[in-house]
Amino acid sequence: MKETHFRIADGVYLTCLPAQKFKTSLLSAQFVTPLTESSAAPLALLPAVLRRGTVRFPDLGALSAELDRLYGAHLDYTVRKKGENQCVGFVSSFIDDTYAPGGEKLLEPMAALLGELICAPVTRSGRFLPAFVESERTNLVDAIRSMINDKREYADLRLMQEMCAGEPYGISRYGDEKSAEKINSQKLYAAYTELLSSARLELFYSGSAAPERVEATLLDAFSALPRELVRKTEYAGAHTPRQAVRTVTEELDVSQGKLGMGFACGSADPTALLMGNTLFGGSSNSKLFLNVREKLSLCYFASSMFHRSKNLITVSSGIELENYQKAFDEIMLQLRAVQNGELEDWELDGARSTLLNSYASMGDSQAKLENFYLGQAATGLEESPEELAIEVRKVTPERIFDAMKTVSLDTVYFLKGKEAAQ
Amino acid sequence: MKQIFYDRIGESIYWETLPNGLQICVVPKPEHAKSYAFFATRYGGMDVRFQLNGQWLDTPAGIAHYLEHKMFDTKEGNALQELAKNGAEPNAFTSNAMTGYYFDSTEHFEENLKILLSFVSIPYFTEESVAKEQGIIGQEIRMIEDNPDWQLYTRMMQALYQKSTGRISVAGSIDSIKEITAQTLYDCHKAFYAPSNMILTVVGNVDPIHIVDMARSILPREGGPVIERDYGDEPEAVAQKETELNMEVSMPQFLSGFKCAAPEDGEEYLRCSLIGDMASDILLGDSSPLYLRLYDQGLINSSFGGSFEMMPGMAYLYAGGDSREPRAVAAAILEEAKRLTEEGIDEDFYQRVRKAGFGEMLRALNSFENIAVSLTEGYFNGFDAYRFPQVFDTITKDDIAAFLRQNIREEHAALSLILPREA
Repeated sequence: MKETHFRIADGVYLTCLPAQKFKTSLLSAQFVTPLTESSAAPLALLPAVLRRGTVRFPDLGALSAELDRLYGAHLDYTVRKKGENQCVGFVSSFIDDTYAPGGEKLLEPMAALLGELICAPVTRSGRFLPAFVESERTNLVDAIRSMINDKREYADLRLMQEMCAGEPYGISRYGDEKSAEKINSQKLYAAYTELLSSARLELFYSGSAAPERVEATLLDAFSALPRELVRKTEYAGAHTPRQAVRTVTEELDVSQGKLGMGFACGSADPTALLMGNTLFGGSSNSKLFLNVREKLSLCYFASSMFHRSKNLITVSSGIELENYQKAFDEIMLQLRAVQNGELEDWELDGARSTLLNSYASMGDSQAKLENFYLGQAATGLEESPEELAIEVRKVTPERIFDAMKTVSLDTVYFLKGKEAAQ
Repeated sequence: MKQIFYDRIGESIYWETLPNGLQICVVPKPEHAKSYAFFATRYGGMDVRFQLNGQWLDTPAGIAHYLEHKMFDTKEGNALQELAKNGAEPNAFTSNAMTGYYFDSTEHFEENLKILLSFVSIPYFTEESVAKEQGIIGQEIRMIEDNPDWQLYTRMMQALYQKSTGRISVAGSIDSIKEITAQTLYDCHKAFYAPSNMILTVVGNVDPIHIVDMARSILPREGGPVIERDYGDEPEAVAQKETELNMEVSMPQFLSGFKCAAPEDGEEYLRCSLIGDMASDILLGDSSPLYLRLYDQGLINSSFGGSFEMMPGMAYLYAGGDSREPRAVAAAILEEAKRLTEEGIDEDFYQRVRKAGFGEMLRALNSFENIAVSLTEGYFNGFDAYRFPQVFDTITKDDIAAFLRQNIREEHAALSLILPREA
């Protein structure tokens, strides 16, 4: 049997997961490229412009009609941050051949369409159509500005920008508003040709087709991809911890405050940190959920997340404005509890089961599988969900406490309401 | 127990009704690692006025949602913890017309199901624990009040409907939830959490006979009476043509809503829902002439989308997103509906939308939650949701045109706007 993830051409890799149990197939093509201040916005714009038309389907109307004919296939452009790499491309999902009422084959036309979107966009005089670039640039600028609309996401983003200022991890996946505004069709086309010839391409398929058919179909669909200058993929560097905690406060007209806290981890035992984070605030059974929310009613949500590629833990919570200090103290108290091993057996078993359950059920969702394997490829990791589950089974309480003792507060971000301003 | 095969979608279901009136529905998924359970009552945010023991009761807005939160309390502590110990991710939601409790797990499924059935059927709260929940739900309400999407939608519903209780926010308000006491919660539980008002759906690699036996042994032997509800007498006219609110947002957001004729129960409900979905796609879906034109003109962006929704006694079609000129978009939607009813729907476009629509419905069957929620909704409204291919076959272009003519009209429209604050 073939491996799950393998090279099919220079700088082109395929993750192929045969499965009969879904009603759909999922096919994805993603470029993996370093996240930088100057390239983030143009590369975020690129898939949106490519999604506007190909030589064969030159506008949105023609593309939509083709997708309708493929039984309502979904074709989304995606811009994601994985570690310190930016991943841009397309995810398509279409009903599995088994269920096509007319018995049509859908993999081949969908793969061809993906190949065309990437290799054969509609152009004029060697650049993208200015009208497409301008309208998608407006959309991108709007999307960057609208990050403020969801205050929870906004606070998470701001914490990351402040904590990792000067590191690629602090850059938003869309880049910043100023560089987005400066993009024109010529510059974008240059970024496009550079990306095409130099960035690693990760392909992903889940569905009922045999791997041989998938590989041959994709090689054919991407035969026009130039591959002269493929760069080596680079992975995230560690966060440099602060000597003194940095606190940033921002005011907006909101009724609920958002408290974000970023922690640096010194341990080189990611599985122990992952478990430690799950105990701390990573599930609805965690110390943060049970104490900050359930016991003290300080907030509706309080949770934490482990950023494996950067060895960071971040806490996100929504609180009544005057409860800032109470919530802050309680969150720190709960962290110390995990560090000191103040845990009951059920907490440990629960955290382990939560992680095992999420690894075991990943295979039931094509979208989760695609996102997982792209993350692995973009951060230089090889383990499958099954292998990660084995690591979680093996981790001991001592390893967890040791790893969590290296966790220290680095940056605090507080979003408060204007009414509360003195 | 009967097993029904649904050949066109490659599915089968085991159906069983217990003597206490509980409906059980098991969807086998032998190849999946996880199993999913969904236990729901026909009781939601709109059920605020009902008859109990011959008397009409008026209960505070937000009570069904409050009860959902409190159901997790058990004599031993908290059911969330019990389930999480086994690696299950339990949760619940309250919508306008139902409250559902669910989890999925890859291990200890039956043990988890036992916990689910027990905590949902046995209320356990005190005045003290009920009072404490006000802090958590109060924060939840504050959080959603800051959310522009929620404001847009809630305000649109209040503009579209004058009387119908579906216009009430499911979570209630900071003030309304203050009136909730342990006693009102017990009363509501007694009225609406009787097995005869509920359905259990299990999707996964399970033994249906075992599931039925468990439900029989854990749940109460007796069902309950049918509860009369009063959803309000809704006139045809909307409450308000337009509503706007200033918030901390980067650009204007809008929802343009159309009050539609309320559906009947039974398979007609499903048919109406399929017609409404297809009409929405034809009028303003991603591949519609209107969408393409507005996108080209820069009046909408990819945030634009539409949907058709139904609940008891109510149906509405709405669409929106970000736009610098929301009023122009709202007017264009009305004009396009007029054009379609006058000029007719292009045959080739209609056939494409049909194909795409079928694909969408099939795709929805990938999600266990989707399967369970749509079967539950079907049960509460008197139809079998898995019969969608057959019902879909009966729909014609004339049905879509008639729907647009009847519903997408100026006098049925309301516009909800969120505008950025002046600097």
